Amino acid sequence: MDPRTTVINERLRRIGRIIAVSSGKGGVGKSLVATTLALELVRSGYKVGLFDLDFTSPSTHLIMGVKNVQPEEDKGIIPPVMKGLAYMSLIHFSGDQAAPLRGADVSNALIELLAVTQWGELDFLVLDMPPGIGDVVLDLVRLVKHIEFLIVTTPSRLAFETVKKQVRLLQDLQVPIIGVVENMKMNPSENIERETEKLGLQFLAGILYDPEVEDAIGDVTKLRGTTIAKKIREVSANSII
Amino acid sequence: MHEWALAEAVITAAQQIAEKEELKEIREVNIKIGELQQVERDIFRFALSQLKPASFKNATFRISTAKTTLKCRVCEHTWLFSKSNLDEDTAEAIHFVPEVAHSYIKCPKCGSPDFEISEGRGVWLENIKGVR
Repeated sequence: MDPRTTVINERLRRIGRIIAVSSGKGGVGKSLVATTLALELVRSGYKVGLFDLDFTSPSTHLIMGVKNVQPEEDKGIIPPVMKGLAYMSLIHFSGDQAAPLRGADVSNALIELLAVTQWGELDFLVLDMPPGIGDVVLDLVRLVKHIEFLIVTTPSRLAFETVKKQVRLLQDLQVPIIGVVENMKMNPSENIERETEKLGLQFLAGILYDPEVEDAIGDVTKLRGTTIAKKIREVSANSII
Repeated sequence: MHEWALAEAVITAAQQIAEKEELKEIREVNIKIGELQQVERDIFRFALSQLKPASFKNATFRISTAKTTLKCRVCEHTWLFSKSNLDEDTAEAIHFVPEVAHSYIKCPKCGSPDFEISEGRGVWLENIKGVR
C-alpha cells in the first residue's frame, strides 16, 4: 500500500482552517485572490501558509516576486517563509523548468507534498488551486478532513456555468463552501450575485476590473494597494476571520 | 532528512494494517523503495527504528530496492533511471518530489518529457507479518 496518505491529516493537524481558492475555469484570478487573501490574513496578525497547487502553471511566486528560495529539511520539508507566509510551491523543486504532469503525476506530487511538508502551527492555510474539478480537488476532498472552498468566478456566463458544476459537486460531497467572489467585473451588474444566492451560497464580493493590477505583479507593497486586495480585505474581515 | 517523514508514514500505515488484521505483535515489515526517490537507506532505517511503537519491538524491517523503469508515452521506448546522469541539485529536487523528474529528464530516444514511471517511484509498504 501507499503509506503516504496515512500521515496527511497528522501533518495538517495544527492548522486552524484550510481554504482552497478554486474555480471551474482558468484565468479568473484565483491565484491573485489566494495570494492577496493569504497576505491580508498575515497583515491581520495570523500565522498563515500559502500552498500553490497549480503544479503545471504555478504563479503565486510571480505575484509575490519570490525567487530562488529553498525549503529546509527537518524530519520532512519546512516551507520557506516569504512575505510572512509559510510558502510551498512545486517551483521550489522544478525551478524555471516546465512541469508537464499528467493526472496521476499531479496526484502523486500532491500526496507527496502533503505527506512530507511540516507546516507546524498555522491559523490558516490558503491553497491556490488549479482550474477545474480534476485530480487535485478530488484528492483534497478525499484526503483532507477539514477543507473549505472559496470559489472565484468572473461575470462571464462561461465561467459561472463551470462554477455551478463545481458547487454542485462540492455540495454533493458535503464540502463547506465559504462563498463566491466575482472578479474582473466590467459593469455594476448584479447578475452573478443573484445567481450565487440561487445556489444557496454567500456572495462575498464583486471586484471591478483593475488595469493597475498587472503593474503590481511581483511587488507585494503595490499589490496591497490594488482594488482586488482592498476587496479581499473586506472579504477577510467580514466572512473569514 | 525527509526520510523521517516517509518512515513515519510507513509506521502509521503498518499500524493501521496491524489494527485491521488484529495483530498484537508485528514480526516483519516489508518495504520497497523505488530508486527514483533516492531515499537514504541508513537514515530511513534509523528513523524506522526510532519511530516504531512497542508492538513493533521485535519486528524486522526488510527494505528492498526497485529499479526505476521509465516508459516514453510518445515512442514507447523503455529505459532505466540513473542518478549518475543528474547534477546534484536536480537529483535532490527529484528526491523531494519524484514527479519533477518530468521537468529534468527526457526520453533518450525521442526527447519527450511525456513518460510514465512504470516502476520504482518511491516508498511502498508491501506487507506486514505478525501474530494475533
